Amino acid sequence: MTSTPSTMLFIVCAIFAIFGAVATVMAKKTLRAAMGLLLNIVALGGMYLTLHAELLAALQLLVYAGAVVVLFVFVIMLIGPTATTDTGGKALAERFFGALFMGIVTLMLASALVRVSAPLVGVPEEFGSVEGLGMALYQGAALPFELVSATLVVAIIGAIAVARGRTPKEAAELKAHRAEKEAEAAARSAQSQQAEG
Amino acid sequence: METFDVGIYATLATVLFGIGALGFLVRRNLLVQLMSIELMLNSVNLLLLAFNRMHPGNHDGQIFAFFVIAVAAAEAAVGLAIVIAYYRLKKTIDSDRLER
Repeated sequence: MTSTPSTMLFIVCAIFAIFGAVATVMAKKTLRAAMGLLLNIVALGGMYLTLHAELLAALQLLVYAGAVVVLFVFVIMLIGPTATTDTGGKALAERFFGALFMGIVTLMLASALVRVSAPLVGVPEEFGSVEGLGMALYQGAALPFELVSATLVVAIIGAIAVARGRTPKEAAELKAHRAEKEAEAAARSAQSQQAEG
Repeated sequence: METFDVGIYATLATVLFGIGALGFLVRRNLLVQLMSIELMLNSVNLLLLAFNRMHPGNHDGQIFAFFVIAVAAAEAAVGLAIVIAYYRLKKTIDSDRLER
């Protein structure tokens, strides 16, 4: 990090990112957790700017902050007040030890990493910009790009299929099917009882 | 010689990943668990971009992060659809009480 503005941006974004992450994980109300996630995502978007990844910063704001978090908020709204489950009940000792061990592992990893540094290599022209990343993407990764489009279509169809719910006709069909299965099972068990007796 | 403190970015990514993993393991609310998964994915994106800044000869890290964003969005959509379908059936999103 060379210049003071870029360092300042990093520090501010880091503080907000960690604050947002902790808010996500510790909030009692689910909507507050979603807002913490939003803060974390926007802060990381700002941090991508210090890494010369301008297009990805914009995409992060468009896709993550603008679509994924909105999706979470819609689901929280659809589920309603039950979305806030009470965090009591799971044994406090269990959660405390889980938190402790995760904290120890994270601290060990972080302490090993914090002093690593590398020589500052100048970035080439068009690094991380729309032209640079776009050329690299379409020239080097065109096939994965098309496959990801297909993945998104499949995800849309899958989400509709899973969350669709049943029309009254389908619900009636399902009920009839289940009644049939039950009748068959009852008839079979009556037969086997007859055979034994 | 000027240095690029990749270690600071890696440490921040580690801390964010740890917070996300902690949230996933400790919280019982399915939605908060899904949000913790998004936190972990974001931390990995940060790490990828930091490493790409270290070796700016090609765009591989940024391309990878691009695909991580796309696939994470698809996964969030499907996961939330499952949560809605399950809630419609069982009227709860408590992961301790998941059952058939």
